[in-house]
Amino acid sequence: METITKATEEVKELTGSQAVLEACIAEGVDIIFGYPGGAIMPIYDALYDYKEKLQHILVRHEQGGIHAGQGYARTSGKVGVVFATSGPGATNLVTGLADAMIDSTPLVCITGQVFAHLLGTDAFQETDIINITMPVTKWNYQITDAEEIPTVLAKAFYLARSGRPGPVLIDISKNAQFQLFNYPGYTKCNHIRSYRPKPVIRKQYIDEAVALINAAKKPLVIFGQGVILGKAEKEFKNFIEKSGMPAAWTILGLSALPTDHPQNVGMLGMHGNYGPNVLTNECDVLIAVGMRFDDRVTGRLDKYAKQAKVIHLDIDPSEIDKNVKADIGIWGDCKETLPLLTMALEQKDRTEWLNVFAGYAKEEYEQCIQEEIYPKTEQLTMAEAIRIVNENTQGNAVIVTDVGQHQMVTCRYAKFNQSRSNVTSGGLGTMGFALPAAIGAKFGTPERTVVAVIGDGGIQMTLQELGTIMQTGINVKIMILNNQFLGMVRQWQQLFMDKRYSFVDIQSPNYVTLAQAYGIAGASVKDRENLEGAIKTMLAHDGSYLLEVMVGKENNVFPMVPQGCSVSEIRLK
Amino acid sequence: MYTSPDKQEYTITVYTENQVGLLNRIAIIFSRRKINVESLNTSPSEIAGIHRFTIVVEETLDTVIKVVRQIEKQVEVLKAYYNTNDEIVWQELALYKVLSEEITEKVKVERLLREYGARAVAIRKDFIVFETTGHREETNKLMKALEPYGLVEFVRSARVAIIKQSSGFHEKLKDFEKREPGEEVVENEYLGKRQAVFTM
Repeated sequence: METITKATEEVKELTGSQAVLEACIAEGVDIIFGYPGGAIMPIYDALYDYKEKLQHILVRHEQGGIHAGQGYARTSGKVGVVFATSGPGATNLVTGLADAMIDSTPLVCITGQVFAHLLGTDAFQETDIINITMPVTKWNYQITDAEEIPTVLAKAFYLARSGRPGPVLIDISKNAQFQLFNYPGYTKCNHIRSYRPKPVIRKQYIDEAVALINAAKKPLVIFGQGVILGKAEKEFKNFIEKSGMPAAWTILGLSALPTDHPQNVGMLGMHGNYGPNVLTNECDVLIAVGMRFDDRVTGRLDKYAKQAKVIHLDIDPSEIDKNVKADIGIWGDCKETLPLLTMALEQKDRTEWLNVFAGYAKEEYEQCIQEEIYPKTEQLTMAEAIRIVNENTQGNAVIVTDVGQHQMVTCRYAKFNQSRSNVTSGGLGTMGFALPAAIGAKFGTPERTVVAVIGDGGIQMTLQELGTIMQTGINVKIMILNNQFLGMVRQWQQLFMDKRYSFVDIQSPNYVTLAQAYGIAGASVKDRENLEGAIKTMLAHDGSYLLEVMVGKENNVFPMVPQGCSVSEIRLK
Repeated sequence: MYTSPDKQEYTITVYTENQVGLLNRIAIIFSRRKINVESLNTSPSEIAGIHRFTIVVEETLDTVIKVVRQIEKQVEVLKAYYNTNDEIVWQELALYKVLSEEITEKVKVERLLREYGARAVAIRKDFIVFETTGHREETNKLMKALEPYGLVEFVRSARVAIIKQSSGFHEKLKDFEKREPGEEVVENEYLGKRQAVFTM
């Protein structure tokens, strides 16, 4: 490769490892989550001299590293960077890659690889990570020559963050990490000829959509993470406000619109709110913004919004018509498409239509929500713990959730004032996500309170990351909602499998003692009279804190759209 | 295999960069959806450095459209097209090995070649290799004709196809090479030097 250094200048020689770190600095990376090992040792050796510029967080397991990278990316809006070694180090990233792929989280993962001459020889800690991760990465590439490093990394960062974001994995053989080469300097990538991050917006469809929305009597907007990823929260708010439309969210869209916004009508899908689910099947125009009609959102597809004209805005053309046929598909970045729509929309007052949602909300509150957040039962509920967190954080906290009942309850009841405040594993449903993701989330937004709400199942999947909290001294609030069951599976077994509780009875260690062993303060609470005080203590504590809340063993999450049912068949009990 | 009535043969033409691993990235799009690939061919295209995949599947239009969009989503894919059989001109090539002794004794080779538009590409004392090109039915016919005479080996290539309506990829490529204005336009000196960097 020709160098671009002028002949008069001294040619700068760097090792491949140094070039990797120079690339990170040039891309504005300030933190790396990782774990060293044989095949990535040259990079770690170089990192020793870059300690001032690049903070490295030593996690306890590579899966923890990648989930931390995801948490960081979700709260900061930047690309999460993860280092891991070859073989098991690399394969431990796979769950996180799949999670980041389905939830469109920008990541650059760098894995070490055995020497190039050993590739294919079943060398120690050799694994074909490129082929293993192909279906769960937006792009991946193996580098065996250091000269490729600057361009490939520039491409990696560009691909991770542009268009529909996603995880990128770069595998670098050990010889390339050691190799000295003439460093040509680093230039960011902003164009790959075979890659279209932003589809061209077609004006014709904008016009058609505007006409449809203006003529609509009962339009419903449903939005997903696309609004957040597109940094289009303001554009979205203007869009719904001008036309007075109700807006409902998917769990990854949560926090893009403040909870108390008068047009925010709640959550969609299986454990979503009553109104938006029922009225999906009554609206006349359904406007989907940056969401992908996941089966947990749509329920039974052949009975989903059949009466409505569907307008679908997405940056990824392959999402349009994938699950729900769109009458009008608007390809493009919603930061650009939404203002085009808003500009042409008529100012509308849709109080009457919003009142229909309010009616459903009232019914849901009376029949379901009230007894959850202000229970009269002896046992604590998950929802009341969330209510108390809301009251004491005023909706300003970042809430990280794991997967299961507590996740659904938290997403339903947590209040948010600002975007990028909800971090959860949506598409993949990765138990064990929350603890490491919360660590990353805190590094992504150090000035904010981060509360990780985790079930007694999920916490035990990535418990080892308490060690990361200990070593970094980071301030993360861990609230375990312990119902002594793998609650979501138990709920399904109760409702659909004749209460045959097959292997959902999970025991827990003494979490408080365990936290103590890691130097983390903690408490356990099981009485209502102590609950609020305990939560206040947790939030006020200077440093990380683990609070275990013992909740009712066999509480269920309702409302619920049973699998195979239409969204309008949602059950309140 | 059961074929649903609305399934039919589609030929998918994909223009791509030449990169290691891309074949796999494209193949897993089919295997993930349990779609059987009837035939797959990779070759150079009308433009130097750009590869052309020709993939044949038996599927419904709806599935084919979704698959094509997933293919186009791959970073190194420039463009993918799908066509029904009446929209393309296609050929397959087949080779047949027979024993010389058997075939020269029992068959009028000359008639055979004429009738099936075949050529003999190797003639040896011990065996002869015939070649035909055509649609599957045509290459099958010669296989059937040779079977009674001890067809030793038979092999057929993947389909290659030309899209009748297509005016080639030259103009399209210019569109792809146009730079879209981005928020942070930084000059990238590696642009256009890709070959130097990504040659495998």
